[in-house]
Amino acid sequence: MNNDHKLVASVGADQGRISQENLEIGLFQILAPDGSYNSEAVPSLDDDAFRELYRWMLVERTFDKRMVKLQRRGQIGTFGSGRGQEASIIGSGYALKDDDWLLGMGREAGAMFLQGLPIRDLILFWRGLEDANREMAKHNQMIAISIGSHLPLVTGTAWGMKLADEDNVVTAYFGDGASSTGAVHEAVNFAGVLDVPAVFFCQNNQYAISTPFEKQTNARSVAQRAIGYGINGIRVDGNDVLAVYEAVSEARKAARAGNPTLVESVTYRRDAHTTSDDPGRYRNESEVEQWQERDPIARYESFLRSEGLWSEIDRETLVEEINDEFDAALAAADEYEQRSVDEIFEYLYDELPPYLQRQLVEFKAFLEERPDAYDHIEQRVKG
Amino acid sequence: MQETIVGAINDALHTEMATDEQVVVFGEDVAESGGVFRATDGLKDRFGGERVTDTPLSEIAIVGGAVGLAMYGYRPVAEIQFSGFLPPAFDQLVTQASRIRWRTRGEWTAPLVVRTPYGAGVNALEHHSESLEGAYGHIPGLKVVVPSTPHDAKGLLIAAIRDPDPVLFLEPKHIYRSFSGDLPEDSYEEPIGKAAVRRTGSELTVISWGAMMEPTIAAVENYGVDAEIIDLRTISPLDHKTVVESVKRTGRAMIVHEAARTGGFGSELVARINDDALMYLEAPVERVTGFDIPVPLLSMEDYYLPNPPRIEEGIRRVLDY
Repeated sequence: MNNDHKLVASVGADQGRISQENLEIGLFQILAPDGSYNSEAVPSLDDDAFRELYRWMLVERTFDKRMVKLQRRGQIGTFGSGRGQEASIIGSGYALKDDDWLLGMGREAGAMFLQGLPIRDLILFWRGLEDANREMAKHNQMIAISIGSHLPLVTGTAWGMKLADEDNVVTAYFGDGASSTGAVHEAVNFAGVLDVPAVFFCQNNQYAISTPFEKQTNARSVAQRAIGYGINGIRVDGNDVLAVYEAVSEARKAARAGNPTLVESVTYRRDAHTTSDDPGRYRNESEVEQWQERDPIARYESFLRSEGLWSEIDRETLVEEINDEFDAALAAADEYEQRSVDEIFEYLYDELPPYLQRQLVEFKAFLEERPDAYDHIEQRVKG
Repeated sequence: MQETIVGAINDALHTEMATDEQVVVFGEDVAESGGVFRATDGLKDRFGGERVTDTPLSEIAIVGGAVGLAMYGYRPVAEIQFSGFLPPAFDQLVTQASRIRWRTRGEWTAPLVVRTPYGAGVNALEHHSESLEGAYGHIPGLKVVVPSTPHDAKGLLIAAIRDPDPVLFLEPKHIYRSFSGDLPEDSYEEPIGKAAVRRTGSELTVISWGAMMEPTIAAVENYGVDAEIIDLRTISPLDHKTVVESVKRTGRAMIVHEAARTGGFGSELVARINDDALMYLEAPVERVTGFDIPVPLLSMEDYYLPNPPRIEEGIRRVLDY
């Protein structure tokens, strides 16, 4: 009898049908673009936490700005900025705990710093040093460059947490583009079947390189897909740090109870996809300006003013402090010198197999004998 | 006219789309922005959004969709933005694209092209630098093509689009723009399955392809050996004859590729030479390749790639044996 709901007969034209109109989903928002807010919906955080959220958004913005500049000077490789997405990145990151896992895609620096990753290590990552990934792993973090490929790992790690009866959760960061990949559909559906502690956090920043969201899918939202996967979803204003914090906190709680959630954080990437991209080819300036008016940091600033928390904040001093922190991190990255060819042979296997050992030994001998090979490598134009 | 490799690819697409209305181009960012490497620049403006389409980030559907279009009579040219993103669609290549003609006993065919920039050397992120031509060359029914000059890029791509069978067209992105070469303005084909002799010589045969041609030629010239240089151009089907006949003449052979060594396509070439030219060899066939590691991140990737000094050492070993 318990299975009868699966066999209820359809009668009438509307029975048994579903359309996009049935899935109209609103946007969860606490803080409106004009700075007004519903005070009852404001998350219960203490004043320090409210101020910290602001500082962390500035960290994200400063980091992105400085990294783009470093790339222009040839001091790092290709970089993907999160400018414009500060509320989405920090609101979500602030809801996570230190022993949670964060498997991301690269545009969530502030969330990684919140879990204790030093800025230096992320500079090293974008400089293309293998060791940066080891440092991330120490903080239960990983960046997957192959889009969407990490979501099955998220489901698996969360499964492990469930089997081990742990209290932590795994959060997947991915983009609206990734939500079209096969790996993502399989992973989220699988997580729903397994009841695992996973939070699927999609930053819908409107563009997958040049492809706008409406060409990415004919679905009206990413959140609505949760229904098809058999889990809950929420669509949140990604430029509202309080709403994102609240949504991810709830999703985290639900995850711990075995209910994975698909969170769609609706935001906007104001910079290029990466420093290799020219957004002028596919979007117009007026659209960017429109989103600039929804700036998450300015919006939050007006909240802090209304709450009487602004008087203790000196934005210029904060930015100066963060820039000093970045300078120190950059200096530490510049000093990072434990380099040799061994590093690219290490860690592929637990034990270096003999044939690989032989390749390494022969290569080192070659580099000794042919210093011109070094010159050839070091003189080649980078970037 | 003078063109780069990526310019030649763009030219080939324009040329063939104008010739054959059944040709359709699609992939991520190919239409509106003209491709991240500008390979599809101007196609949408000229041929319209029906024939030049931006797709969602869906590699499986892009390659599988190309198979379906081809079965239905179109000539799809799908782009996979970086070859490192092709593995999710490996299933579609192995399970479907390569077997349609075989499975349906010729009733249906899959004359599609999957184009993808491949290889290391541009300081890109992880998964942007793979060389897996050996793995794709292992799939029966799939043709695998790698041009190394603008002239060949255009002629081979046009041939690939006209080819009655599925072709994986690997574009060595390291040399997309590093030099220009003569490019005929008219439409022409370069034969798939035919290697090119880039330099004739009598002391040694050096076989390579793609982005490794340039350091190979530089090393041969710098070393001063009278080597014959063969540009394979097609991994599958292999032009076994050109390779073997050259080795029979020179008595010595060397292979240069940037892919990892174990099970790389060089292994197949050594086997073929052993099969048919063993008694002509004065020395074991030498391989200069990438190491058996993933392509390192950008700060160390140049240590991975074969370069002229490494290739010269390889030449020395074959000659001194």
